[in-house]
Amino acid sequence: MKINKYVLWGMLKSTLIHLFLITVAVTCLFPIFWMVRCAFMSNDTVFVDQALIPHHLNFGNFAIAWTKGNFAVYFLNSVIYTVCVVGGIVLVSSLAAFSFSRLNFPFKNVIFYLFVAAMMIPLPGSFVALFVLMTKLHLINTRFGYILCMINVGLSMSILIFKTFFDKMPPELEDAARIDGCGKLGIWWNMAMPFARPAIAVIVIFNSLNVWNEYILSTLLLGDTKLMPLQRGLVVFQGANSTDYPVLMAGLTMAAIPIIMIYLFMQKHIVKGLSSGEVLG
Amino acid sequence: MGSKIKSAAIFKDNLQNFFFVLPAFAIFCIFYIYPFYKMINLSFYDWLGIGPMHFIGLSNYKELMGDHLWWDSIWHAGYITLIALTFQNALAFALALACDREIRMKRFYRVVFFIPPVLSEVVVGLIWNWILNPEMQNGQHIGLLNHFLYTSGFPQLVHNWLGDPKTALTTIAIVNSWRGFGWGFIIMLAGLQTIDKQLYEAAKIDGAGTWKTFINVTIPMMLPVILVVMILTILGCMQVFVLILTMVNEGLVNFTDVPVTRIFSAMQSTNRFGYACAEAVIFGMILVSISFITKKLSDKAKQV
Repeated sequence: MKINKYVLWGMLKSTLIHLFLITVAVTCLFPIFWMVRCAFMSNDTVFVDQALIPHHLNFGNFAIAWTKGNFAVYFLNSVIYTVCVVGGIVLVSSLAAFSFSRLNFPFKNVIFYLFVAAMMIPLPGSFVALFVLMTKLHLINTRFGYILCMINVGLSMSILIFKTFFDKMPPELEDAARIDGCGKLGIWWNMAMPFARPAIAVIVIFNSLNVWNEYILSTLLLGDTKLMPLQRGLVVFQGANSTDYPVLMAGLTMAAIPIIMIYLFMQKHIVKGLSSGEVLG
Repeated sequence: MGSKIKSAAIFKDNLQNFFFVLPAFAIFCIFYIYPFYKMINLSFYDWLGIGPMHFIGLSNYKELMGDHLWWDSIWHAGYITLIALTFQNALAFALALACDREIRMKRFYRVVFFIPPVLSEVVVGLIWNWILNPEMQNGQHIGLLNHFLYTSGFPQLVHNWLGDPKTALTTIAIVNSWRGFGWGFIIMLAGLQTIDKQLYEAAKIDGAGTWKTFINVTIPMMLPVILVVMILTILGCMQVFVLILTMVNEGLVNFTDVPVTRIFSAMQSTNRFGYACAEAVIFGMILVSISFITKKLSDKAKQV
């Protein structure tokens, strides 16, 4: 009798926990489902048809968004910015972290702590000064300027993650490479970079998310629609066609799906990155 | 002679080593250090972005002290942060506790809860803007939420959630929590999994119940992680901007303004660059002191 009560209580408890978890999971997924669903409707049905799966699937919105909505340009720009910025961050920060960790030069520690301090001090309004600077340098409305600014955003964190990895690299590896005739650059490329592969994965994922989703700097620095990335383009499109919901939802879907796919493929690394001490500080 | 060659070699070596850092350091100086300095410097000037600059000392700061819209905007961001700290983090903690056990579909939950955080604020804001749409067409509610409320028997709850000054900010805060709780969940779950299971065993042997174990083992062990999540939440939420921009119509600006939108509009609509910089400096100082205090608290918690 007593055992029965325990079993029942256990079942009730686990049912309640599952109910709680499923409710939250549905709350997470439903708005995204709703966005995709509305992307497949037409302007006539989207206000009327409230069925979960619409009766007529309309694929035209994606084509309209892609061509008339200028999303082909925005999408390509987003890809360019993400690839360039993330590539730049990996290159520049790994070189710097390698030197901080394995090489020596005067004021090394001072410079390193400057980077660390920059991570601790939030600069929410520095975009005003950045805008002034970019105007002076004639880098407003250029891809190059925006890419440089975004590289700077991810720099400190990436240097820190790389450095913790390079610090763990066994010196024997380095010696072996030196005997094989590698210079410093060779050691960095042939030994340190392959050794830090997990760090590269974390850095690539988090910075890709960050660049793909960035809004403020692109608004400030890129006024030309030909140069705008997706997030900025979405707001421009929404401002111009505020009532064309199906096409807007198609645009949102195109901005959201790639990042969700990347996340699903890479989620192991994301969890690892977030859980590891590096991110916790 | 020999030492000269040696020191020249060391110098060359140092220079080479520094070249590894140079690209990072150059970008950092140009895009972080200089704007940092320029921001403080400009805050003492009256400047329209172009034309002459007038040094006006602390006038911008004096004006800022009496600027009700500015302090309102800080309060709005604080309100959004407060809801995130309580509601969002409590939810994240509860979910992490629920997932920190042998449970079916654990991986599924872990994957799903982190989907909203990977979406951009623009996407989140525009999706919810559509779901919360207050309009009607042919006697039907367009927005999903109002339609749902109406058809499921709560027509009295149908509301212009984002259009009413009374509910706009809370609605935004809830959407912000929707997007944010996954971060806290993942970090707290990782924290829970590092707690030594022997501690739970020991508590059980001592006769502690579930609640007592939670209070005496889980909470103290989790305190540093909880404080990290709190710092991240505060810094993240105080700087909300894009959600406001994508969810709120122009008319409501004074009810939902946050510091970043104020800085933005001082710069873009009124071209008052000096004033915008003064706002940015004050806001930065507020954020730094908040995270400093929380850091101090967390150090204290670690000692105990």
